[in-house]
Amino acid sequence: MADLSGKYLVGVYDDDDTVLHAVPRLRKAGVKIKEVYSPFPIHGLDEALGHPRTRIGIAAFMFGVTGCITALTLMIWTMGIDWPMIIGGKDPISIPNYIPITFELTVLFTAFGMVITFFISNGLGPGTHFHPRFDVRSTDNKFVMAIDLGRNSMSEEEISRALKDSGAEEVNIKQF
Amino acid sequence: MHVTSPVREPLIQGGKTYADVTEDICRHVEGAPTKEWKIAFGISLLVLAYGSVCLAWTWWEGLGVWGLNKTVGWAWDITNFVWWVGIGHAGTLISAILLLFRQKWRTSINRAAEAMTIFAVICAASFILMHMGRPWMAYWALPLPNAFGSLWVNFNSPLVWDVFAISTYFSVSLVFWYIGLIPDLATIRDRATSKISRLMYGTFAMGWDGSAKTWSRYEYISLILAGLSTPLVLSVHTIVSMDFATSVIPGWHTTIFPPYFVAGAIFSGFAMVQNLMLITRVVYRLEDYITLEHIETMNKVITLTGSVVGVAYITEFFIAWYGGVEYEYYAFFNRMTGPYWWAYWAMMTCNVISPQLFWSRRLRRSITFTFFISVVVNIGMWFERFVIIVTSLHRDYLPSSWAMFSPTMFDIGDYIFSFGLFFTLFLLFSKYLPVVNMAEVKSVIRSTSAQLPAKIAGVAKVRQRGTAEPVFNSDKE
Repeated sequence: MADLSGKYLVGVYDDDDTVLHAVPRLRKAGVKIKEVYSPFPIHGLDEALGHPRTRIGIAAFMFGVTGCITALTLMIWTMGIDWPMIIGGKDPISIPNYIPITFELTVLFTAFGMVITFFISNGLGPGTHFHPRFDVRSTDNKFVMAIDLGRNSMSEEEISRALKDSGAEEVNIKQF
Repeated sequence: MHVTSPVREPLIQGGKTYADVTEDICRHVEGAPTKEWKIAFGISLLVLAYGSVCLAWTWWEGLGVWGLNKTVGWAWDITNFVWWVGIGHAGTLISAILLLFRQKWRTSINRAAEAMTIFAVICAASFILMHMGRPWMAYWALPLPNAFGSLWVNFNSPLVWDVFAISTYFSVSLVFWYIGLIPDLATIRDRATSKISRLMYGTFAMGWDGSAKTWSRYEYISLILAGLSTPLVLSVHTIVSMDFATSVIPGWHTTIFPPYFVAGAIFSGFAMVQNLMLITRVVYRLEDYITLEHIETMNKVITLTGSVVGVAYITEFFIAWYGGVEYEYYAFFNRMTGPYWWAYWAMMTCNVISPQLFWSRRLRRSITFTFFISVVVNIGMWFERFVIIVTSLHRDYLPSSWAMFSPTMFDIGDYIFSFGLFFTLFLLFSKYLPVVNMAEVKSVIRSTSAQLPAKIAGVAKVRQRGTAEPVFNSDKE
């Protein structure tokens, strides 16, 4: 995971709509938000935070193309080049018969490639068993906003007040 | 902008809050196994043990212990294989196709249905290994270089397509299921009190923290996985049907097989989901999560797919007559009136007539009746495969080789093995993993239920949920 050392203000919200509306309000007021943690996906939150759109789809497409080429190469080479055989009166290389396996391998490569990319890009892995750093309740019922004080020019009190005004029910300080 | 009609019943009842969802689902994972669970698990293990002995003997002695003969070379093995694969299809339909259609009711049942898919495919695969007779040669089905003792596999054969289809289907379903489990495993990890469960759930939760960035990627890959799984699930049963349809056996050689098999698969799969969920919901007290609405909706799917299957049976029969091929005609006439007439009529009654009873609202909202019909449908779908396989084979072109098939105790014992395996795996799942997808259920509570937590009233935005007016919220859909 990314290095989180520093001092943070942690706003704890009770409701997904509240936090979704708080984000643009705080950003407008000049607060730089590090990240929001929630127990389920909130639509539009990543846009509100200004996160760039994920490019994982491009990776998925590339993996799919790889799978497709792998399958066709495998079948054309084994059936048509390495040991050509006529089976059922068909050409040694008969592409229509290769469509099912080409499809299956395209799906297989896309799914696995994409999921592995997902794990790597999020820094997820089996060795990293820790609780959420900012508030453990963010996997249960709370919506947690982390603000890196080192990256904000506003004072702690100002941000804290802005968080409370935007609907946060608690504001805590975390130091790593 | 998203409109919630006040007329529609909320998906999750009982005015649940987010914390309630966590508590209701995690309770079963965290508590000690109940007496009922232990008894059920003990019975499953006994069944599995008996089946394993039968299976061990089948492999030790050879396939001669089955009731097969030189005319009927496929019988219970392939019947059971197709039956289990078909059952698996409902899980993918619920988790993938209903995700693409934005059917939010899927959230309460998708986890368990997908687990069912995975276990059913494992059972199906076990029959592939069984019918090989020499399972230690199973790797011959893979495209290995000629030096391994065989030629390259024949990529023109649907049986080889099946190897790729089933293994892709299994592994992609497993990945899809696991991705959905990660946020819930993180929830359990963060509540865990014992060291061992913190370690286990923590390891499998992969350090999930639920940041907005992770969630947006998660939703994105879920959508792509659903988009991939949808054609995948259709391709799997299509290819299974081609195992039959590409051979020149009267009764198998028909172009209607792929859509007809896929509809049958979803039909039997939903029946199995009903059976499992009706028990789980009572035992785990999930009546607020899996409501009568869910049961009714699934019954509608059963009626739809059952009708498709019924139309397919009739079409197939009509074409056998209209096509004018006498062997084809005889195969179908023999199914209906020949020595296996009882299997044919069992299939027709269970699959064509019984789901039509769900046109009655009272019956499709009756839990006992739903459970009964679901069992009937699964019996009917087993007979469908038996009819297709055995009655097409037992009277071939040469009357001198006509034969009958009757199962031996090893045919039956190996089928029992798959039940033991399935229920053992399902019981382990239902004890050690959350049976309902907590994260997804939490995400549908607010947009579908009328509950209004008192705390947030007055904050940021005035809410008007639970009033008679249509409710607008700003969820971007």
